[in-house]
Amino acid sequence: MIKTENLHKSFQIEGREPLHVLKGVTEHIEKGEVVSIIGPSGGGKSTFLRCLNMLETPEEGHIWFEGVDITAADVDINIHRQKMGMVFQHFNVFPNMTVQQNITLAPVLTKKKTQAEADEMACELLNRVGLLEKKDEHPSRLSGGQKQRLAIVRALAMEPNVMLFDEPTSALDPEMVGEVLDVIKGLVKTGMTSVIVTHEMGFAREVSNRVLFMDGGIIAEEGSPDEVFYHPQNPRTKEFLSKVLY
Amino acid sequence: MLKNIVMIMSKYWKVFLLTGVGYTLLLSALTVFFGTILGILICLGRMSKVKILKGFCSTIVDIIRGTPMLLQIYVGYFLVPKLLPFQVSEFAAVTVAFAINSGCYLSEAFRSGIQAVDRGQMEAARSLGLTYSQAMKNVILPQAIKNILPALGNEFIMITKDTSLASTFFIGEVMTSYLKVKGITYLTMECLIIVAVIYYVLTKVLSFIIGKLERRLRTSD
Repeated sequence: MIKTENLHKSFQIEGREPLHVLKGVTEHIEKGEVVSIIGPSGGGKSTFLRCLNMLETPEEGHIWFEGVDITAADVDINIHRQKMGMVFQHFNVFPNMTVQQNITLAPVLTKKKTQAEADEMACELLNRVGLLEKKDEHPSRLSGGQKQRLAIVRALAMEPNVMLFDEPTSALDPEMVGEVLDVIKGLVKTGMTSVIVTHEMGFAREVSNRVLFMDGGIIAEEGSPDEVFYHPQNPRTKEFLSKVLY
Repeated sequence: MLKNIVMIMSKYWKVFLLTGVGYTLLLSALTVFFGTILGILICLGRMSKVKILKGFCSTIVDIIRGTPMLLQIYVGYFLVPKLLPFQVSEFAAVTVAFAINSGCYLSEAFRSGIQAVDRGQMEAARSLGLTYSQAMKNVILPQAIKNILPALGNEFIMITKDTSLASTFFIGEVMTSYLKVKGITYLTMECLIIVAVIYYVLTKVLSFIIGKLERRLRTSD
């Protein structure tokens, strides 16, 4: 479903050495797979995820999404992004719209749905995550966990083929982590292809088919959750896992 | 002195309050209106990826901010009628100079208002598959307007006071009224006091109205 080949990305900071964040990442995410990406901060996890829908443009390498090279210059990236949902660490819900408008905006603007169809689907989705009675509120009236659940269904409203999660629970108060993880778990059970950057090790172990450990801009180790969490081969994986509690 | 002021006002109140205030308000309203449009265009130009456009807009803003407004009015007054093929009134020529000046200052306010919107908002909108302009129009600009409005109101008040510079060319606003009445009566100080009170009341009323508008917008959040 998503294939990357030799991705390189560096950030230019004025007056300093460019920061080389991705140093050749080659990976293949299959349809229906749930892949978790773990690793220390600055290891390139989020940058890799953000490259997958071209929010960051890699300087080198290729990304194929459903067989199309989306790094090509003549590709209309908007069409492909419509099929990739993304959930951000800081929710990024639209504060100038109601909860329902947050969900219907993109399907209506991209002409996937009429306003009436989109409204109906929004109610359905909100009901699924227990936010139906909030549909006419503005996001400023929601808690962090509710905002993130809204962000998830906003992405789902485009009926994507793959979901990308960028540390979806890192900005949440501890008591709200559970409700968001439950929504993601429910989603994964429906067979949604998902890529999840996370610091929730227990969650990663439970939901994913495959775990990638990223460090220093490369995938340092990958395998099933059992292999990575209980029998890590790479000394850096061992060191990282010994430092985190889960 | 008070007697003189009362005398001047009873005789020349029309010159001050009708012609003067009328032209002042007209000139500032036109300036803010065209300045806003121009400001949006310059702001878009400066944020655009086309290098020539970006450089052109940045240069204009740089020049306008680096030269005195009075000089810009002079240039407008003498240059605009020469550049245009049809007859232009003095008032129109001065208005053009004011609008360009105001547009440049406002473009800065617009730019910072847009850049103050969290980067994540654009990313979220684009990640849903919206185009850049769809995201701008539906997500970024509605949020940016709230950041921009205070600056816009401030600019309106500043412009109202700055229109006094246009009296250099006797185009009829309050300061021109001062020059006219002073020329007839030779009562300089009295006329100045009248004009000062008019400007003060004008800006007070304007800031009251703008403050009300802002408060209403904030509660609709």
